[in-house]
Amino acid sequence: MAMKVIPLWTLYGLARGKATTRWCGEDAEPGQAGYLGMPRFDQAKCQQGCRECVDTCLPGAITFCPDASKQRLTVDYGRCVVCQLCVEACPTGALTSSTDWAFGSRRREDLVWTRAAASTDGMTLKREIRRVFGRSLHIRHVDAGSCNGCESELQALNNPYYNLHRFGVFFTPSPRFADLLLVTGPVTYAMRGPLLEAYEAMPDPRFVMAAGTCAVSGGTNGGGYACDNGLEELLPVDVFLPGCPPNPPAIIHALLMLLQRSPQRVQGGQIGPADEHPEDDYA
Amino acid sequence: MTGAPLAVTMQDIAPAELSARCAAALGAGARMQFMYAWFPTGSDAPELRYVLHPGRGQTPHIWRCRSGAESPPSLAPAAPLLSWYERETTDLCGVAFRDQPVPDPLVLLPGAAAERPPLMPGPLPHLSYTPVPLPMPDLAGTTREDVQLLPFGPVRADVLESTQLAFYYIGEAILHYQPRLFFKHRGMEKRFEGLSPALGTVLAERVSGVGSVAHALAYCHALEAASRCEVPSRATWLRVLLAELERLYNHLHYLGYLCHTTTLKVGEAQGKYLEELAKQVNCQISGSRLLRGLVVPGGVRREPTLLTLAEDLVRIEHELRRYADQLAATSSHLDRLITTGVLDRQLAFDQGATGPVERASGIDRDSRRDQPYGAYDELPLSVAVRDGCDAHARQQVRVEEITHSIALIRAVLDGLPEGSLRADCRPPPGGEGLGWAETPRGTAYYAVHLDTAGRLARVKIKSPSFSNWRVFPYTVHGTNMMDYAINEASFGLTVAGCDR
Repeated sequence: MAMKVIPLWTLYGLARGKATTRWCGEDAEPGQAGYLGMPRFDQAKCQQGCRECVDTCLPGAITFCPDASKQRLTVDYGRCVVCQLCVEACPTGALTSSTDWAFGSRRREDLVWTRAAASTDGMTLKREIRRVFGRSLHIRHVDAGSCNGCESELQALNNPYYNLHRFGVFFTPSPRFADLLLVTGPVTYAMRGPLLEAYEAMPDPRFVMAAGTCAVSGGTNGGGYACDNGLEELLPVDVFLPGCPPNPPAIIHALLMLLQRSPQRVQGGQIGPADEHPEDDYA
Repeated sequence: MTGAPLAVTMQDIAPAELSARCAAALGAGARMQFMYAWFPTGSDAPELRYVLHPGRGQTPHIWRCRSGAESPPSLAPAAPLLSWYERETTDLCGVAFRDQPVPDPLVLLPGAAAERPPLMPGPLPHLSYTPVPLPMPDLAGTTREDVQLLPFGPVRADVLESTQLAFYYIGEAILHYQPRLFFKHRGMEKRFEGLSPALGTVLAERVSGVGSVAHALAYCHALEAASRCEVPSRATWLRVLLAELERLYNHLHYLGYLCHTTTLKVGEAQGKYLEELAKQVNCQISGSRLLRGLVVPGGVRREPTLLTLAEDLVRIEHELRRYADQLAATSSHLDRLITTGVLDRQLAFDQGATGPVERASGIDRDSRRDQPYGAYDELPLSVAVRDGCDAHARQQVRVEEITHSIALIRAVLDGLPEGSLRADCRPPPGGEGLGWAETPRGTAYYAVHLDTAGRLARVKIKSPSFSNWRVFPYTVHGTNMMDYAINEASFGLTVAGCDR
């Protein structure tokens, strides 16, 4: 019996067939049916004198705008933990649930809602990344104080469904072999040192991704006596990916965006149609 | 039947009586659960709380102890599982315990310093950290030169949570093992203070992400106990459904990861694939792959989408059955599990093991049955127990729990009562409550105190991983390096829950 088992596993694996989604950054179904992502904000419906959403937003993603003549509210998706409480609190439907998850962006400002979509200046790509890395990427992940929700989704990247390897993207044990430092958590006082050491150990050119709302801004867990408010003041961040946690396709999209294999989807805090840069080849 | 929580009893105890009362309670078959300190509003004098469970079917009991100027005695010599709680209380609340067997800081890891205990009333302290090399113990004997120290972490290989592990070993043999936890200490308990009780749920879901539902449940149970609110029965049934879906995806992840450590590649892929299916089911039901955002004080927030759940369960169960049978018949996998990481029953009891870990060491305890909450006493709940005490038993318990969870979810779908989803839950100013829930990793408790304005004044989180991390090193000493990863995976620990 025992001797027969390993070939049985092989047969079993073969019989299971291909489990991987056809989704590869664009179109097709990424398996996220029902997902509630970043709430959409419609300024036209926002009611004067109301503060329901501001009071219900624990991480302070929705605040009153200091210059009220332009817009009443500032909605910063870099702080949003997708709890949907604002959607329930809003009496006028100015905030509505959406399935938007592709919130990876190169500029922190692109995560803040603005009336007119921002210029595409910030989307000018780092030309050298394609030249240096080709289409491949090696990632060193550092948990700087997450709740383990982000790790749960990062671990999912290597399951047969998402199969991150097919994109030529790999996790590597040593920062010495890493191109990208992928950080989760708001950065605790004790992880600050090890995090900076991991970054220092990486060869140039190196990139940093703040994955999850905690790493982007501190989220609900940052601050206090033991935490920083994310990476922004600690390391030069190349890709911001809010989400609590970001789902696996959002992480894959952000990684492909870094590699210039997929366009940035969010601008001015709004998911637009894929922004085509005619000069770029995302294939 | 309603979702009213069990009434918890409380008693004042003088510091001088603590040791005798503890010995008497243990003698009568009780088990200490946890202890904590808090500063009642406007007071600089800490008040200690000890929570014990007298036995199956009985409600937890609380001892309240106002120690005043005198140091309270350590209860760790009689109830060793309290040792970490006492040391944490010393670090965070500044209460020293007389005759504490290990009077070292715990939450403040070596090299960390706080200007003042962070949970004391007053301004937030600044915390600093300078790494301290791991000590090499004084050793005698001819082989002392051969003893090596391997410090591993806090940044470990693969996508893992941060913690540092120290191995003292000769060749393959581990002489001594010491995890250095709390690199991820985020001060979560302090983050609750000053929040409105409803918003605290969002935070409770973010203490340990893979235990979002159970942490939110334990927190909400505490608020519901404080406000004596009766949760509508439809909500209690839906909460069972969510909690069991959480157990399902966690245990599937566990099996995949365990196969990773025994290098059973197809088994790993299949376990992780089943976990992915379960998470996609979660997403369809709740909008969140971690099932966040549905549990609220007083009930559940909205109707989950259950249309395809019954079908999806059939699919998962069908695949699971074959997978589990094959795991149970693979000798290369079993050889690595059987006799690995032995945790005997007495040790598990004394040191506070909880959840599947204690149940695999022959302790028949599950808070869903023994301290029933919500709708569990109306549903066909079975408790998986094994007495193998090793990694294999821990796997068996989880496999069986998956089938129990699926049965529970089916029972909820079949008998889900109609009715409202949410009752008004407003804990009174100055109130307090104790709540618990069985997470996939064991029992979580939340103790909640409110201030005179009805805001959160103190929230104590007793997480199952804090308990199981304390137990785990006892199973490593004297074993070998080759088995370590398998043993750690078989415990299914989280660091975020432990460090908070």
